[in-house]
Amino acid sequence: MRHLLSTRELSREQAVELLDIAEDMAAVQEREVKKLPTLRGKTVVNLFFEDSTRTRISFEAAAKRLSADVINFSAKGSSVSKGESLKDTAQTLQAMGADGVVIRHHASGAPYTLATSGWIDAGVVNAGDGTHEHPTQALLDAFTMRRRLHGAASRGRALDGVHVVIVGDVLHSRVARSNVWLLATLGAEVELVAPPTLVPVDTSSWPARVGYDLDAALAGTPDVVMMLRIQAERMHAAFFPNSREYARTWGLDDARFDALPPSTMVMHPGPMNRGLEIAARAADSQQSTVREQVANGVSVRMAALYLLMSGDRGDA
Amino acid sequence: MSERFLITGATLASGERADILLDGGVIAGVGSIADASGATVVDADGLIALPGLVDLHTHLREPGYEQSETVLTGTQAAAAGGFTAVFAMANTFPVADTAGVVEQEASLGRAAGYATVQPIGAVTVGLKGEQLAELGAMARSRANVRVFSDDGFCVSDPLLMRRALEYVKAFDGVIAQHAQEPRLTEGAQMNEGALSGELGLTGWPAVAEESIIARDVLLAEHVGSRLHVCHVSTAGSVEVIRWAKARGIDVTAEVTPHHLLLTEDLIAGYDPRFKVNPPLRRAEDVEALRAALADGTIDIVATDHAPHPVEAKESEWQAAANGMVGLESALAVVHAAVVETGLMNWADVARVMSSTPARIGRLHGHGEAIEVGAAPELTLYDPAAASEFDLDRLAGRSTNSPYLGRRLPGRVVATFHGGYPTFLDGAVRPRDEVARNATSAQGVVHG
Repeated sequence: MRHLLSTRELSREQAVELLDIAEDMAAVQEREVKKLPTLRGKTVVNLFFEDSTRTRISFEAAAKRLSADVINFSAKGSSVSKGESLKDTAQTLQAMGADGVVIRHHASGAPYTLATSGWIDAGVVNAGDGTHEHPTQALLDAFTMRRRLHGAASRGRALDGVHVVIVGDVLHSRVARSNVWLLATLGAEVELVAPPTLVPVDTSSWPARVGYDLDAALAGTPDVVMMLRIQAERMHAAFFPNSREYARTWGLDDARFDALPPSTMVMHPGPMNRGLEIAARAADSQQSTVREQVANGVSVRMAALYLLMSGDRGDA
Repeated sequence: MSERFLITGATLASGERADILLDGGVIAGVGSIADASGATVVDADGLIALPGLVDLHTHLREPGYEQSETVLTGTQAAAAGGFTAVFAMANTFPVADTAGVVEQEASLGRAAGYATVQPIGAVTVGLKGEQLAELGAMARSRANVRVFSDDGFCVSDPLLMRRALEYVKAFDGVIAQHAQEPRLTEGAQMNEGALSGELGLTGWPAVAEESIIARDVLLAEHVGSRLHVCHVSTAGSVEVIRWAKARGIDVTAEVTPHHLLLTEDLIAGYDPRFKVNPPLRRAEDVEALRAALADGTIDIVATDHAPHPVEAKESEWQAAANGMVGLESALAVVHAAVVETGLMNWADVARVMSSTPARIGRLHGHGEAIEVGAAPELTLYDPAAASEFDLDRLAGRSTNSPYLGRRLPGRVVATFHGGYPTFLDGAVRPRDEVARNATSAQGVVHG
């Protein structure tokens, strides 16, 4: 793998391989010495044009556990805030000898531009671009589902027939997009539920069903319910009237949570708005995978960095 | 005495083969011309002779944005594209909203001599959409402005649009509207549809264009004014304009070469060369626009030539500037889009790229058929010179062309403006020669 820019370009085999390597990485995390020497002497740059402490420290932990040197580059207070272009920033990193660049950017497609522009030789990992994709988040979500469903027997498996309901701001969610493509590739059945204002106008080409009725979707007893974070500013742009109406109509409140079978996983990419898209009882329940998702994030990101930066990177 | 040119064996738009003699600021002969002693002979065997092309929508960037383009370099690009007149959009700095600025632009164009530069005046002061610019002063100025546009911005206030449409009736002006409902396109990055949803780019919905056109044609009908619609980009807009014309509303419309050839699919690689406003649309829209140009619903092709410096396009998609250079490639793109596809012939091309744009803009001395006594404005085009469009074909200051690396079916060989060549044998004529010829040709006309 040359870069990890989107889940859309991953084949089923590639995705399962990455999840299997993440299992190996997870096994390392259970040892007393959690560190592997794999990327010793390599440099990973965390290039964050948008604040995201959670994602950045997850990548930082992943790189360090593979013995890579890590440079954190945040746009705030840097040359970027003085008007430096993405090109100049990339060429600076190139001159410093970066082997891998983990990029978070507010503009959709920025990782793609970085990877294809010729400004830089390093492998590029998309750590979230605008409203486009967040591939490692979807991979850690798939990893989490697979582990909950199959435990120690996860290796080699996909998610065939797993029914996943994703609820919330699909329009602006890079997590939703990455999950739709990846889960469908892995054989899952994906259903999106959102206010009509928060769904792209044309999703006919998406491998997912789209509905507006959360209760109807939950009545289908899904294996997974994934709640997306709803941002307060959406209210002001008239996507929905107010937070109370949103929570009533599209929130996983106590009544809806209680009606779910105990086997249904409740997922959230974090950070959560408790009381808005998810009630505390659901978030803190045994069914909630929120903390596992964080832990698994490190394993999945180790696997991604390993594939991109060790040995033959290939051309694909 | 100015140089005489004998163009031999050209194919006219009608299909007829003829020699053309340019002499003394006029087309002095068309047909079989044996006696032209002392004339410089230009062999046009196999070339199509069209009246000099007229672009109703060019961004020359001067004054204010000379790092992108100047009147000189922009008109050199025009010459390389077969254009002999360009209408310069008002979004310069300072904005062309006073008689002083439009007169300056026109005089820079006359001094350079590569093409007639006809300034467009802003509709509102500073393009801000708040109060009318001095439309009458610009109309009465030496720049003789007849087309007014806030292009780049929509005159979205319906009352202001009504007043502008009414006001310019006093001097037979026309409002050229950039139809884009601003609230429906906040932060818009590309056509809204299946692809924008996948790419995570904020959508620019077709309805944002169509709703403004619908409103404006009704306003034009109500006040009995003339309306021109810039860069029509959607199938729905075509339907609205077709309806308006059937009702007898005095509306004309333009389409850009890029909207006749390119589709939104090109954006999948986030290459900012394809970022333009209005955005590239679906294949269905391209088909509808071609058909509308062929059936006359859309009146003309206009380039929306929009030069930008390299750094404005070497970036992530969202940060990149909107716009493409288009003068140098326009004729070959129109050839590919509507002539090769059998929808239009060369006489139609002469109509949509020369005579009708000159008529809409009330520009005299351009857009005349190649006949004895007509203004000596013409271009020679080789329709069989298919080749990859490359940087050598760009003659302006900027290189943000979406066609680089794309095969186009023909190329402009020569352009004559005012009876002298501005572009010959595939090369822009030297600046001092053209300026000298311009001075002497203007002497013929005005002296």
